[in-house]
Amino acid sequence: MSAVIEASGISKIYQMGEVEVHALRGVDLTVEDGEFISIMGASGSGKSTLMNVLGCLDHPTSGEYLLNGRDVSELNPNEFAEVRNTRIGFVFQVFNLLPRTTALDNVELPLLYDRTRRIEDPRAEAVAALERVGLRDRITHEPNQLSGGERQRVAIARALVNRPSIILADEPTGNLDSVMSLEIMELFGELNAQGITIIIVTHEHDIAEVTRRIIEMKDGAIIRDAVNVGGR
Amino acid sequence: MRLRNLLKIAIKSLTRNRMRSLLTSLGVIIGVGAVIVMVAIGQGAQADIEAQITSLGANMVMIFPGSSWSRGVSHGAGSQNRLTLDDADAIRERATLVTAVSTEVRVNAQIIGGDSNWNTSIQGVDPEYQEIRDWYTVSGEFFTERDVRAKAKVAVLGKTVADNLFPGSDPVGERIRIRNTPFKVVGVLEAKGQSAYGSDRDDVVMVPSTTALYRLAGGRYISRIFASAVSIEVSGAAEEELTAILREEHNLEPGEEDDFRVRSQAEFLETATETSRVMTLLLGAVAAVSLVVGGIGIMNIMLVSVTERTREIGIRLAVGARGSDVLVQFLTEAVVLALVGGTVGILLAVGVSVFLDRVVGMTTIISPAIVALAFCFSGAVGVFFGYYPARKAARLNPIDALRYE
Ligand SMILES: Nc1ncnc2c1ncn2[C@@H]1O[C@H](COP(=O)(O)OP(=O)(O)OP(=O)(O)O)[C@@H](O)[C@H]1O
Ligand SMILES: [Mg+2]
Repeated sequence: MSAVIEASGISKIYQMGEVEVHALRGVDLTVEDGEFISIMGASGSGKSTLMNVLGCLDHPTSGEYLLNGRDVSELNPNEFAEVRNTRIGFVFQVFNLLPRTTALDNVELPLLYDRTRRIEDPRAEAVAALERVGLRDRITHEPNQLSGGERQRVAIARALVNRPSIILADEPTGNLDSVMSLEIMELFGELNAQGITIIIVTHEHDIAEVTRRIIEMKDGAIIRDAVNVGGR
Repeated sequence: MRLRNLLKIAIKSLTRNRMRSLLTSLGVIIGVGAVIVMVAIGQGAQADIEAQITSLGANMVMIFPGSSWSRGVSHGAGSQNRLTLDDADAIRERATLVTAVSTEVRVNAQIIGGDSNWNTSIQGVDPEYQEIRDWYTVSGEFFTERDVRAKAKVAVLGKTVADNLFPGSDPVGERIRIRNTPFKVVGVLEAKGQSAYGSDRDDVVMVPSTTALYRLAGGRYISRIFASAVSIEVSGAAEEELTAILREEHNLEPGEEDDFRVRSQAEFLETATETSRVMTLLLGAVAAVSLVVGGIGIMNIMLVSVTERTREIGIRLAVGARGSDVLVQFLTEAVVLALVGGTVGILLAVGVSVFLDRVVGMTTIISPAIVALAFCFSGAVGVFFGYYPARKAARLNPIDALRYE
């Protein structure tokens, strides 16, 4: 197996006037291709900050981050945008779908910004992604016409549509009830089985139990990183 | 990103806020519409004035007494600061660039005819006057050369005078009294309507020049001399020729000022055209201000829109949009708004202009150049006023935009 993520000494400091907030204090993390990982930890322990750095939504203050062997901590904004567009799919707790826009249009969005390949039929690819998350019959629905679980599936379809090798999900089940949460985890399990590396952040143990590796954070550092024998 | 995608995104987000988009465009609609209508009205008025002046006889050359800078002030002994019938005869004899010459003697007088009286302007003229001013009788005949020589007491009535003194009947053959002198009506002139300056050109009575000069005015001096240049192209040369003849007649030494003024209709045409062009420009400029105000409206809405849609921008950036993609998106939205506004404004302006022309009876001329200019300008308004909000949107950091509350 080869490493898709190699992060070492990642730190993130927020300057709040006089006060420095150390959100991340030298995190080292290596993720192999095809892993299914959950990150746990108390509120404010730096989980979202780490995910944002890994997802190329934010730059770390210091540290080295190799994505598929390529150093991304010094990319320019446009190259950063391209990484977000083609290499990583990001799923948010609050879904972050465009309002008053159909599921299909939401899922198609990343394809409209892709400069790396010629996309013959973006509609068809978006429909295929929605099919993968089981929403073939909801493509013309707008977010407010969908249940929370369905919205998150649309968000996952959007993360999937440009065929990234990694999906990062920050509390994807945080706004869902337990039945829907397990359905979403089931979906992540299937996608992982198809070869996509998946990292999720969660507060719930039964959600984390689904994954094969569980990382625990505290005060901006990883305090436990263990294989979960019961996970898939 | 391909242009098609861009347009798609821009139009989608504009139609998502139909009412707001419409209200924003309204500023540009009114601005563009106002510019086009104003200029159309101005150019229509210009054409009207030109047509009216040309209808007075485009080749006409006029001679007025008095130098341009010392009107009415008599010079030293021997200086004859007036025009006489002899001057007109000299021109008739020697000028080669004019076809017809007529004197004009103006007298204001009370006339009595039928059962009523009327105060009007009496013009003593020669028969050539008809040709020079392109103004003929509709009933009866104009007086002749022989009437002029005989100082005959004959008169030709303007339409207004005829209607007032002899309502409902043909005055030819009737008798009228001008300053208690009896005159025989020999003809009625065709109606000319209002002059460019608003006076009634039909409120006139024409009598032979000699009759007016000796029987009514009782003097030696005439008011004006009219002549027709051979063509409009030579009217400048005709002016010079007439000046030379009159200088000789008046025994002016070289270096001495002219004691008369020569003006051609072509010059009047130029001044009037110039005046109305300035007016058109002014109207257009006032309307252009409203276009700028419309542009500021677009900027205002785009700024609000950037703030309101910060989250949307964050989502777009998070799925891989570049800053430039967001910039172009917002810029496209602004330009589409402005161009749609511009197009609707043009259609509206054409409608209003046609309505004014056909229904209200006001001449309007829509020039394609102004329409094209207004369209391009509205596009420029979109780019100019859309750029700042668009750049603001493009500079957002994805994570900050997503966290925006
Ligand atoms: N933009 C910011 N400016 C300043 N401080 C921040 C900012 N974002 C996060 N922090 C701080 O960094 C620390 C880590 O925040 P982070 O959001 O990563 O926590 P978390 O583990 O995701 O918490 P939760 O489980 O509640 O989502 C917190 O102390 C937080 O206050
Ligand atoms: Mg968090």
